[in-house]
Amino acid sequence: MKAILTVQNITSDFVTSFWTPIFVGIFVAIVTYALWPRNKATFDEAARIPLREE
Amino acid sequence: MPKAKTMTTGEAGLTLVFAVTAFLCMIGAAKALDAPFAFHASLSAAASLAAVFAILNRYYDRPAALPPQEINGRPNYSMGPIKFAAVASVFWGIAGFLVGLIIAAQLAWPALNFDLPWTSFGRLRPLHTSAVIFAFGGNVLIATSFYVVQKSCRARLAGDLAPWFVVLGYNFFILIAGTGYLFGVTQSKEYAEPEWYADHWLTIVWVVYLLVFLMTLVKRKEPHIFVANWFYLAFIVTIAVLHLGNNPALPVSVFGSKSYIAWGGVQDAMFQWWYGHNAVGFFLTAGFLAIMYYFIPKRAERPIYSYRLSIIHFWALIFLYIWAGPHHLHYTALPDWAQTLGMTFSIMLWMPSWGGMINGLMTLSGAWDKLRTDPVLRMLVVSVAFYGMSTFEGPLMSIKVVNSLSHYTDWTIGHVHAGALGWVGFVSFGALYCLVPWLWERKGLYSLKLVNWHFWIATVGIVLYISAMWVSGILQGLMWRAYTSLGFLEYSFIETVEAMHPFYIIRAAGGALFLIGSLIMAYNLWMTVRVGEKQVQSPVALQPAE
Repeated sequence: MKAILTVQNITSDFVTSFWTPIFVGIFVAIVTYALWPRNKATFDEAARIPLREE
Repeated sequence: MPKAKTMTTGEAGLTLVFAVTAFLCMIGAAKALDAPFAFHASLSAAASLAAVFAILNRYYDRPAALPPQEINGRPNYSMGPIKFAAVASVFWGIAGFLVGLIIAAQLAWPALNFDLPWTSFGRLRPLHTSAVIFAFGGNVLIATSFYVVQKSCRARLAGDLAPWFVVLGYNFFILIAGTGYLFGVTQSKEYAEPEWYADHWLTIVWVVYLLVFLMTLVKRKEPHIFVANWFYLAFIVTIAVLHLGNNPALPVSVFGSKSYIAWGGVQDAMFQWWYGHNAVGFFLTAGFLAIMYYFIPKRAERPIYSYRLSIIHFWALIFLYIWAGPHHLHYTALPDWAQTLGMTFSIMLWMPSWGGMINGLMTLSGAWDKLRTDPVLRMLVVSVAFYGMSTFEGPLMSIKVVNSLSHYTDWTIGHVHAGALGWVGFVSFGALYCLVPWLWERKGLYSLKLVNWHFWIATVGIVLYISAMWVSGILQGLMWRAYTSLGFLEYSFIETVEAMHPFYIIRAAGGALFLIGSLIMAYNLWMTVRVGEKQVQSPVALQPAE
C-alpha cells in the first residue's frame, strides 16, 4: 500500500523521524540557559524566593 | 455610599449548574440499573443541593464587595480552601494507613477477610492505594500548591468560588471512588479504578484546578516563576493528560456504573502503565518535589543550594519520565523494543533523581546543626534521603534480568513503600507540620517532642516494612524459579505463601507503627490549632526591608 503524501503526513513524518534530535536540541538549549553566566544573578535571587515573604 | 450587592457571574452560574445537576442526578437515581449507581446518583444529587445552599448562604452573608486583592499593600492571601485541604489530608491519611494495616493483616491472617465481599482484600486494596495516594497525597498537594503559588507569586489565589470548588469537588470525587470500590464498582485498572462518571467529574475538577493555578501565576507580583510552581504545574498538566489518555471508556448505559475501555489487550496494558508509571512520576514525584523546593529552604532558612540545578532537574525529569512506563510490562506481549526503551529511560532517570536529591540535601549547607534541634526539618531531609534510595532501587528493578526476579513479588511492594512511606509520607508530614501553624497563625507547633516521637516511630515502622518485603520478595522470587535436578518446579505456589507468613506479620507491625506515628501527628496538629499561642502580625511599618 502506498502512503498518500499530505501536509499532515510530512509534518508527522518529520516529527516521528527526528524527535530524538529535536528533543535533545530543546534540552541542550535549556541546559545552556540554566548555565549561562549572565543568568547567575537572576537565579541566585530566585533561590531566595521562599525566604523573602510578606 | 456602599455599592449595591449583586451576585457574581460565578455565583449565579454555579448555582444554576448545581441546581440542574441535582435534577439530573435525581433522574439518574430513579432510572438506575444497579444499586451502587443509584447510591452515587443520590449522593451527587444531595451534594449538588448542598452546594446550591452553600453558595446562596455565602452570598447572603458576605459584604457587597468581594475580598480585596491586597490589604495595606500586602497580598490578601486566601487560606480557607487550604485549611480545608490540610484537615482533609490528615483525615484521609489516617483512614488510608488504617485500611493498609487491615489488608496487611489480611495477608497474614486470611480469616480477616470475613468472607464478605465488602471487606475482601480485592476491594479494600484499591481503597487503601487510592486513599493514601489520591486522598492523602492529593489533598497535601492541593493544599501546598495553593499556599506556595500565592506566597511565591505574592498574589491572592485566583477566583472566588473556584478554589473551593476544587477542594470540595476533589474530596467528593474521593468519596464516590472510595465507596464505589467497597460496592465492587471498578474498571479494574490499577490506580485508575474509578468508573466513568467519577472520571468525568474528576476531569471537571482538575481543569478548574489548572485554571486557578494558572490564573494565579498570571497575576503574580514576583516577576520570576519560582521553580516549585513549575513542578506543581507539570504535576497538574500531566495528571490531566494521563487521566484523559487512560480512561476513554464507553458506559454500558448512562444509568449504570459499568463501562468498557476503548481498547483491549496489550494496547490497554501499555496505556495503563504509561498512565501508572507517570502517576508515580508526576503525582508522587513532581508534585512532592515542589514541596521539597519550597518547604526545605523555608524551614532551614537557607536558599536553594543550586537554582540552576533545579532547572536542569526539572526539565530532565520531564523529558525522561514519560518514557519509563513499559518497564512494568517486561516479558509480556509488549514488543521487546518497547520493553528495552522503558528500561533504558528508567536507568537514565537516575541522573535527574539524584541531582534533585543532592540539591535538596545540600540546601542544608550551613544549617546542618538544625537537624539536631528541629525534628520537622529532620523529617523533610530524611524524606529526601528516602527519595534517593527509592529512585536508586527503581531503575535497578527496571533492568530486565533484575525484573525477572523481582516482578510480581513483594520486592515491588517494598520498593513502592520505601517511596510512599519514606519519601511522599515524610515530606507530606514535614509540610503539614510547617503549614498548620502558618495557616492558623500560631507561633509554632504544640510540641516538637511529639514530632520527634512521630519521626522515630514512623522510621522504625518503615525500616521494618521495607526490610521484611525485601526478604520476602527475594525469597518468593527465588522459590518460584527453583528447579529440581529432574527439571520440575521445586515448590508449589502455596509453599511460597507459607514461607512469606512471618514477613507479612513483620510488615503489618511496621505499618501499625507508621499509623501510630500519624495519630501522634493528628493530635499534635489538633492541639496546635486548639491551644497554640497566636502569632501576632507585626504592623506594616515594622516590616524589614526586602
